[in-house]
Amino acid sequence: MSETELAQELRSNVGEMALDVEQPSRNNIFVTIRPEDITKVVRIVWDGMQSRFAIVTGIDVPGGIEILYHFVFDEKDTVVTLKTRVAKPFPEIESITPIIPGAEWIEREVHDLLGVNFRNHPRLERLILHDNWPEGVYPLRKDFKPEDAK
Amino acid sequence: MSLTMWGLKKSPWVFHVNTGACNNCDIEVVNLLTPRFDVERFGIQLVGSPRHADALVVTGICTRQCMPRLQEVYRQTPKPCVVFIIGVCACTGGIFHDAYHRWGRVDDAIREVDPNAIIAYVPGCPPKPEAMALGVLKALEML
Amino acid sequence: MAHRTLIPVGPYHPLQEEAEFFQLHVEGETVVDMDVRLSYNHRGIEKLCESKTFDQIPFVVERVCGICSASHPLAYVQAVEAIVGEPVPERALYLRTIVNELERVHSHMLWLGLAGHFIGYNTVFMWAWRYREPVLDLLELVTGSRINYANVKVGGVRADSDLDAEKLAVIDKTMDEVKPPMEMLTNAVLDDPVIHARTKGVGVLTKEDARKYGCAGPTSRGSGIPYDIRKNDAYAAYDRLDWDAICLTEGDVFAKAVVRCLETFECIKMIKQAVKDIPDGPIDAGYKEIPEGEACGHVEAPRGETFHYVRSDGSNYPYRHKIRAPSYVNVPSFKATCIGQPISDVCLTLAAVDPCYSCTERMAAVIDMRSGKKTLNFHDLIHLSQEKTRKLMRNFKG
Repeated sequence: MSETELAQELRSNVGEMALDVEQPSRNNIFVTIRPEDITKVVRIVWDGMQSRFAIVTGIDVPGGIEILYHFVFDEKDTVVTLKTRVAKPFPEIESITPIIPGAEWIEREVHDLLGVNFRNHPRLERLILHDNWPEGVYPLRKDFKPEDAK
Repeated sequence: MSLTMWGLKKSPWVFHVNTGACNNCDIEVVNLLTPRFDVERFGIQLVGSPRHADALVVTGICTRQCMPRLQEVYRQTPKPCVVFIIGVCACTGGIFHDAYHRWGRVDDAIREVDPNAIIAYVPGCPPKPEAMALGVLKALEML
Repeated sequence: MAHRTLIPVGPYHPLQEEAEFFQLHVEGETVVDMDVRLSYNHRGIEKLCESKTFDQIPFVVERVCGICSASHPLAYVQAVEAIVGEPVPERALYLRTIVNELERVHSHMLWLGLAGHFIGYNTVFMWAWRYREPVLDLLELVTGSRINYANVKVGGVRADSDLDAEKLAVIDKTMDEVKPPMEMLTNAVLDDPVIHARTKGVGVLTKEDARKYGCAGPTSRGSGIPYDIRKNDAYAAYDRLDWDAICLTEGDVFAKAVVRCLETFECIKMIKQAVKDIPDGPIDAGYKEIPEGEACGHVEAPRGETFHYVRSDGSNYPYRHKIRAPSYVNVPSFKATCIGQPISDVCLTLAAVDPCYSCTERMAAVIDMRSGKKTLNFHDLIHLSQEKTRKLMRNFKG
């Protein structure tokens, strides 16, 4: 499909930090970026372009953890997802909570369930797994075995 | 029959414990109090503390975080008491039976504390309010 | 200490040592800080979905939350349908709309009842829940179940419900019958001076904070942020119906209550139109397989935007399925609305974002900053709130 106005605006605002901009369906745009650019791009997309922060998704993929940041452009009927990848065995990325307070919980959750370290997060404590859950066992990783959590 | 047992059967006061549920069973339990079903005419009341309860209504899959709490609530409830396990999640785990954050069955958690616990099961997802009321009344009749 | 002498502390919660969802730190009567701990309801649904087929998942996600039972499966199937890229039949879109709007009506009435209970108006609680019952009966008529409808599937709806002229007339008539009690409850909210005193200016969420936390639904529409997914990114049959999104600007508990009341009338309007306009035709696009790809799907649940993300690798199972309920973004806004509030208003402020009922039960514990001891639990907070109403009513009468 031909690129919409919003996709073109994103290309122009994010500039050379946008490694790729794809629009696979009418209301979904995916922008691939480098992890070290995350805070700059979030400021452009959330603050500069005035979108709404929805949630963060972490995905265990071969060799790393993909982190997706979902922003909704309500007036343009479109969800824009920033996609980036951090390497295992010690995945880490700068936290966006200092920019968007609403990201606090989800970064803690991705930390709990996938083991990503969010640098400079104000309170990176356990959120969702119970108090006695063993360290280093991440349920959403593909190699998770229930026996490891006993 | 002891006075306590007679009181329990005549007018059971119920404390509700949620061990990790989706709310459906919990809302249908609260629905029982509302005018359409009105279980207060059977003397059934929801109370705010297990110390005042004759019966526990337990919903949910029994997550690891909730299990110690459930056992503590059971200890605090004066005996004799009846445990009503409502909904298939609490009965057997339902679709969550292999969830990683689940401790195990609610009745196993209770029996760890008291092997002779009186337990009644009302399966369903969620059980209709009529089924819950019927289950409770049937169990009380059998006591 | 002032609050320890004035406040009737109920029977101590036997689990005083147990951490609750929220710990509110107080100095005197004012909340000064908040800690959060989720874990009780964590069931690992996202992991579970990775081992279920695309067709099995609607049954799982229905049970994420009982009151948003229609919204979660719809958001999920819309994400998958965006990956497939083929249209869904019209009749299915109308059926989805009818079920989702019926859910919104019963959910808002449920909330009204709970809010009434927290204020101490137990009659409101009984009436709202009693008049909710016909709506649940309608849902049973259309889908076969009062809750957990299992009505959507990827590509359409699972069953037609034999919605003939007679059944559609029943739906129309019941909506007409639900209107008067809803009008009565709405007028009670709008006119009662005690309710005004309890809710106006209480728990104010500014537009700025609503944006920072990414709030959704009536929580943000009460604070001047007008988005409603049924209008912005319209799905199902919403763009074929004539209705208004409700938005107020004050941001207090009163504004959120009014938004929900007025929204209910818009729902009734939409349901009546949908039953009139619903076309005949197929109900299932009959997708054969889900190709590789990824997409997001979102719908307007009664509490706000429900957001799902699905990645498919071409197999029968999703590679990843992310689920975000609206309460996940609404509840953190407590930090902005509770801090600085008196304890007696906390219960209502927490309830105003309409979190799931079970979460509300274990919602809060109050810790006194000076002694470090836990003094109150959520039941105590409800009593405090009801006591405040009684005092106000005495003032109004005297």
